[in-house]
Amino acid sequence: MRVLAAMSGGVDSAVAAARAVDAGHAVTGVHLALSRSPESHRAGARGCCTVEDAHDARRAADVLGIPFYVWDLAERFEHDVIEEFVAAYSAGRTPNPCVRCNERIKFAAVLDRALALGFDAVVTGHHAQLSGAVLRRSVDPDKDQSYVLGTLRPEQLMHAIFPLGDTTKTEVRAEAARRGLAVADKPDSHDICFIADGDTGRWLRDRLGPRPGPVVDAVTGERVGEHDGAFAFTIGQRRGLRLGRPAPDGRPRYVLDISPVTATVTVGPAQALDVRDLVADVAVWPHEGPVACAAQVRAHGRAVPATAEAVGDELYIRLGEPVRGTAPGQAVVLYDGDRVLGGGHVRRFGRFGAGPRDAGRPGG
Amino acid sequence: MTYLDHAATTPMRPEAVAAYTAALAEAGNASSLHASGRRARRVVEESREALAAALRARPSEVVFTAGGTESDNLAIKGLYWARRAVAPRRHRVLVSAVEHRAILDAVFWLAEAQDAQVELLPVDATGMVHPDVLAAAIVRDPDSVALVSVMWANNEVGTVSPIAELAAVAHGFGIAFHTDAVQAVGSIPLSFEDSGADALTVSAHKLGGPIGMGALLVRRGLALAPLTHGGGQERDLRSGTLDTPGVAAFAAAATTAVHERPVEAERLVALRDDLVARVLAEVPDAVVNGAPSGPGLLPGIAHLTFPGCEGDSLLLLLDAHGIECSTGSACSAGVARPSHVLLAMGVDEARARGSLRFSLGRTSTRADVDALVKVIAPVVERARRAGALAGLSGG
Repeated sequence: MRVLAAMSGGVDSAVAAARAVDAGHAVTGVHLALSRSPESHRAGARGCCTVEDAHDARRAADVLGIPFYVWDLAERFEHDVIEEFVAAYSAGRTPNPCVRCNERIKFAAVLDRALALGFDAVVTGHHAQLSGAVLRRSVDPDKDQSYVLGTLRPEQLMHAIFPLGDTTKTEVRAEAARRGLAVADKPDSHDICFIADGDTGRWLRDRLGPRPGPVVDAVTGERVGEHDGAFAFTIGQRRGLRLGRPAPDGRPRYVLDISPVTATVTVGPAQALDVRDLVADVAVWPHEGPVACAAQVRAHGRAVPATAEAVGDELYIRLGEPVRGTAPGQAVVLYDGDRVLGGGHVRRFGRFGAGPRDAGRPGG
Repeated sequence: MTYLDHAATTPMRPEAVAAYTAALAEAGNASSLHASGRRARRVVEESREALAAALRARPSEVVFTAGGTESDNLAIKGLYWARRAVAPRRHRVLVSAVEHRAILDAVFWLAEAQDAQVELLPVDATGMVHPDVLAAAIVRDPDSVALVSVMWANNEVGTVSPIAELAAVAHGFGIAFHTDAVQAVGSIPLSFEDSGADALTVSAHKLGGPIGMGALLVRRGLALAPLTHGGGQERDLRSGTLDTPGVAAFAAAATTAVHERPVEAERLVALRDDLVARVLAEVPDAVVNGAPSGPGLLPGIAHLTFPGCEGDSLLLLLDAHGIECSTGSACSAGVARPSHVLLAMGVDEARARGSLRFSLGRTSTRADVDALVKVIAPVVERARRAGALAGLSGG
């Protein structure tokens, strides 16, 4: 096959491209330039968006002896990922930009262009197993990335190749060293690639400007503090609330709800964060009736027992045990063992305790 | 392999390789006073005379540098600093809108850091700078102009500007005139003496010499401040131990290139015109950019827009067929930007992105053109499919 290897400049995508070459594919490497004004060198350990990362990717392609190009997707990325990220925070949701990037950039804009140019598939260094359109977790539970791929549609997955799903990260690094790839010991990337210092709150404040409002206690209804932008908060957040007074029970308080219209941040006790029911939009759900499964709502979260059922264009999910700190906008991915059954994006939820949102139930 | 990117760099000529390797075997610093030094000095000075002869300049006007970019920087900054030192009011810098980045980024730096006021001289739809445009820009306030720089021939579309007329306009107001002749030397008739230019940039590797070697021709008596300070080897305008093998190879390449030019240019014009005609036959809606074939266009350059395509898609697909060409100028991260040259010529952004430069040179043959013509139609068709996704309009 003619395949396009997306090469971030990191170790995973370099080894994935190498394995595609070994598999006998005609591989072309592409580095996706996602930033409009790339920094020339990495400030932190993010590792995908700088000129230095493009250079690392080019060096890996040189070692593999494959053609290499840089594709400028900065405009698409700005529009489809960054602007959406800002809009979601402004609306009180908690987006996952990596999920979004996979949905809209890597397995959409890049894949579509690759197919148009005559390639058969896109190869990435994601840690997940794929056969046909069946996605499974990586054998390395610490590095498994099936969650950030879990909302991809079958027609997207049909043209994807993830060569690393059967290998642990440690083995990938060892293999990179064996292959003479200089990125073998490059630090893992983490956090959000376009927020250089990892301070999402400040990044949003710089972008959106201050929008002050009250912090209100859900239990007492009292105004317990002020903030200069509700977008800097995430549901479930505990640190950085800077509340003047302790809660009446002396227990820590968490962000329970964000109301962007009134700029109100509601805080309360941890148990009020426990979510029992989720309603998601349907990204992928090729199943009829209620399905017993396990639900995961965060990239590094645990999957909990659940029952999921599609009703209209929504997916109703009842969790067998409470999940703490779920926020609208997050992806929910449903598994049967290590197999991804489908998923969507959380629209609303219901809590065990008296929550501000009511998920409702099918038929009632 | 079909190499159609000679304007980026062209293979070294056998004469240059011979001169280079002969000099590499000899030790000697041209600034040393002993016998080895004298031998190296002799090679340098003979080469300087040969280069001057090839470019119709005096040997003393040749300042060797490490390439075109350094020569451009020396000319722009050196002229600006020297002029402002005696006439502080002269802060306007006039350069064409289609200059190479070595000029543009140098003048933008002057604007940012040295109070220069940069004015980009507009070009016509072919990329040519008209003397009356330059005159109009100067007369707005002649006493505030520090320098004028206009490239002899454009590196992307190949259009030649009337350098002697432009230099005369500048001189009419007592303003120094520089020209970047990197693409012109060895391709079209060129005489430093007759051009009237005060300074002229030339690069070795574009005419079959080694990479990392160049020269700035500097008219005698021109006030120019140095960029680098040190041993003052080149008329105190450029310091650094002279690259004797590079100098020798540069002179050998330039001598041969200029000597062979009349015959070679005729051959390349025929080959290029054939390429353009046959590509247009395969892709009828392709658009030829730059000046029409003739003395106003570099012999080896064909620059075409393929509507509905993205240049880097075309590049990738042609590369896969073993055909090497260019979208013009690439930025350091390898990200393709719409060419500032085409934008200055009035081409819209989408079309500017869908353009390719095919540049022919000494080793180009009819077989290279055949190879391109054979694949261009399916390549453009495929690139259009990808371009449609990006929202580029076809046709």
